[in-house]
Amino acid sequence: MRMLINVPETVVADALRGIAAAHPDLNVDVENRVVVRRDAPVAGKVALVSGGGSGHEPLHAGFVGPGMLSAACPGEVFTSPVPDQMVRAAAAVDSGAGVLFVVKNYTGDVLNFEMAAELAEDEGVQIAKVLVDDDVAVTDSLYTAGRRGTGATLFVEKIAGAAAEEGAPLERVESIARRVNERARSFGVALSACTTPAKGSPTFDLPEGELELGIGIHGEPGRERRPMMTAREIADHTVDVVLEDLRPKGPVLALVNGMGATPLLELYGFNAEVQRALAERGVPVARTLVGNYVTSLDMAGCSVTLCEADEELLRLWDAPVQTAALRWGR
Amino acid sequence: MSEPTYDAAFFRAWLEGAAAAVDREADRLTELDSAIGDADHGANLKRGFAAVTATLEKEPPATPGAVLATAGRQLISTVGGASGPLYGTLLRRTGKALGEAPEVSRTALAEALTTAVAAVSQLGGAQLGDKTMLDALVPAAEALGTSFEAAREAAEAGALATVPLQARKGRASYLGERSIGHQDPGATSSALLIAALAEVAA
Repeated sequence: MRMLINVPETVVADALRGIAAAHPDLNVDVENRVVVRRDAPVAGKVALVSGGGSGHEPLHAGFVGPGMLSAACPGEVFTSPVPDQMVRAAAAVDSGAGVLFVVKNYTGDVLNFEMAAELAEDEGVQIAKVLVDDDVAVTDSLYTAGRRGTGATLFVEKIAGAAAEEGAPLERVESIARRVNERARSFGVALSACTTPAKGSPTFDLPEGELELGIGIHGEPGRERRPMMTAREIADHTVDVVLEDLRPKGPVLALVNGMGATPLLELYGFNAEVQRALAERGVPVARTLVGNYVTSLDMAGCSVTLCEADEELLRLWDAPVQTAALRWGR
Repeated sequence: MSEPTYDAAFFRAWLEGAAAAVDREADRLTELDSAIGDADHGANLKRGFAAVTATLEKEPPATPGAVLATAGRQLISTVGGASGPLYGTLLRRTGKALGEAPEVSRTALAEALTTAVAAVSQLGGAQLGDKTMLDALVPAAEALGTSFEAAREAAEAGALATVPLQARKGRASYLGERSIGHQDPGATSSALLIAALAEVAA
């Protein structure tokens, strides 16, 4: 497998150096692996800190900036960051108004953020946590680690980030974040596995002519394998499973997300099919975002996240944001 | 006839042996993890145990409890993923239970390990039979009451016994029935850790 890297051991540090060079609005601590918006701490403002394994870029560092995250903690590839990173990030961004940890529901992330919350609170920082668990592919939560956090992370970070930017107090920012997560569902499909730098070969074997339904964002196999389908068929299937679980009563925000290696030409075509499928099922779409936002290294494939909107969520979605990967309205 | 006791140097040697074993088996652990997880277990543990070895070498703690507590904190700070907090807690809590004694017996270690394994179970919310590291550690802690060698055998048998199980915790649980037929990487690395203990006691 050919990769644009030096050695597997330094991929995260190398990327952080590149982020620092490209985005002067960010303070990048390469050694301690913390990315902070340059103007932090912002007086009186609640801070948002997220983090997770690397390999999902632009999540999370690409979402640091006014209107979204205050700081991000990148871990090793597909590996949760360590508590030291979150504690350092929380200390760097807390203005005294408290910090919301945005945590994707994976055992590693949950455990490390829990430890970090305890340590940060010992240092006098007020911490609230929101768990993102939007992936409908994980059924039977009783016998699993529960639903995975995937595309809804973007909605949670954007909308709760806008609320914080407006000056909402910690409790309010937390409840908005929770509301977004409760109203959002995702489902993903892989057309190829992905290759981690450390392993150098695909994480699972997906023969030509087949696809994997219900994948996460870590190159783990999904729930079932089927013969290859058209964009139209994938859109119908995906929209059906998401709607079956979400049952929105009004318009939705739609994220049509690429897993990293699917060309935008295909993603836009897929979006057309997703919009058609939603229209046929009587679900109005208030806003759409198409692109590679919550990725899985070089995996080909896509995911769809729908979030049932209301007036307040739409207003916060439309509010200005200025990050490396999302920017509008400023 | 009183039991033999083991000092801080013995515990440092155990962790150095564990680091060497993890280093040697890293590719196999990652391979097992790519079948049912996310293909990083070997690389992560290797990084963590290398950091443990370096720390213990730089400032060797004076007691068995301090050696294990220091190692546990180091794992939490360097491994990441679920393995960092879980293995970190295992060593830290064993160290805490051993207290400040300059030397400890195998029986005391077995009791301390049992306490720590319970803490790991509580932290991760997993039980015996969920296809996790506990499937090796629970029987190993119990067998350590008998002998170091019995603990090694129990851990290895426990790791092998994860093959037919369906995962109910961690990332492998998302696979449902497709997790059956693969040996659990966490149970495998736990068996390595216990084998390194038996090795150094032999």
